Amino acid sequence: MANIDTGGGKAQKGKPKKITLRVDFTPMVDMNMLLITFFMLVTTLSKPQVMEIAMPSDQKVEENQAPKVKESKAITLLLGGEDKVYYYPGKLDESAYSDYTVLKETTYSSNTSNEGLRSILLERNENAVNRMRELKLERAEKGNKMPEEEFRERSKDIKGDMNALTVIIKPMSTSNYKNLVDALDEMQICSVGKYAIVDVTDGDRFLVENYKTKGAYGAAHLAPRNQ
Amino acid sequence: MAKVKKHNVLIDMTAMSDVTVLLLTFFMLTSTFLPLEPVRVTAPASILEFKVPEYNVINILVDLQGKVFVSIDRPEVRMKALEKMSDEYGVTLNDRQKKAFLEQPFIGVPMNRLPAFLDLPLREQDEAMRQYGIPSDSTNNQFINWVRTAREIDSEIKITIKADQETPYPLIETVMKNLVKIKANRYSLITVLRGAPEGF
Repeated sequence: MANIDTGGGKAQKGKPKKITLRVDFTPMVDMNMLLITFFMLVTTLSKPQVMEIAMPSDQKVEENQAPKVKESKAITLLLGGEDKVYYYPGKLDESAYSDYTVLKETTYSSNTSNEGLRSILLERNENAVNRMRELKLERAEKGNKMPEEEFRERSKDIKGDMNALTVIIKPMSTSNYKNLVDALDEMQICSVGKYAIVDVTDGDRFLVENYKTKGAYGAAHLAPRNQ
Repeated sequence: MAKVKKHNVLIDMTAMSDVTVLLLTFFMLTSTFLPLEPVRVTAPASILEFKVPEYNVINILVDLQGKVFVSIDRPEVRMKALEKMSDEYGVTLNDRQKKAFLEQPFIGVPMNRLPAFLDLPLREQDEAMRQYGIPSDSTNNQFINWVRTAREIDSEIKITIKADQETPYPLIETVMKNLVKIKANRYSLITVLRGAPEGF
């Protein structure tokens, strides 16, 4: 206890008087609590998150080994400057260079009611998103008892489905790192399992320039050869 | 009116204090402080909740100007990498400089400047490092040699990239292209957590 007795039992003559020293520990506890809170916050909150990515290898893949992607289920995102995203569905042919409207512009807006990147991806990947939602619901119903492996296996199946959306991300030189991470983040949110970061081609640059000038650039410049 | 009896309640806080001190000791011992980074970098936000790997990591720090700094967390790997790198670039370091190398968490100077850099007191090293960064251009790509050497020593080592959110993409691209060249195709990007949207 926090009191110290000085002296013995009975007050005897010549002996010092019995004094009880009580030390109040309340401020000490206060201070300790503050320090604990500090350390708790520092240790748990400062831990950064990571985003795992696998980049395509630079080795050439044989034509018959290259993964096949349904044209109707592919979308290409061109990450431009000033937080703008340009996108076009499927594959473009030669005629696309003369028409600036093939490219559409959007933002990284997370608002699902307007035409932001998320609403576009969600709409195109509706099937996978719904199945993922069901899977998560099922896991929640089981009281999170579904083994992590089973969950991972099944979500991989859903995302790797033939009809699931494939996204090609092409960050242009005007974009910044945040744009890339935002785009990759959107892949997670919209349950897109098949995506790749690919280099921008001359054709893409031409398209964006053409779009920005509403066709004037395309009229003045020669379309690049098909890559 | 009945007079309320005045109670003088004294609670003994000693036990409480014991408990808090114990907890405090626990948190102090378990907390690991992040190494002081030579440049201040704001990582972009992401909804992912994977924790950063704690052990056996090469952390690549890219600042706004594209300067590259590398930290290797395990001292033995760092030491071996230094030996290999100094052999390769013909740089000789004395024992004191090697010791200084272990104390500095980040590698961020070209090899030819390393001995002079390590002679500086620790406090001045950060300032000096900020001016250099590891060369990572195609003619003198010391950055990729550091990463390659570390991976040769321990093939299990994980790679993380931390870059400022405003860094222009071409600067990040060079780092990523370099990593692909040494077949390090899998790595992690460090992000800070933001809340996931509802219902996804």
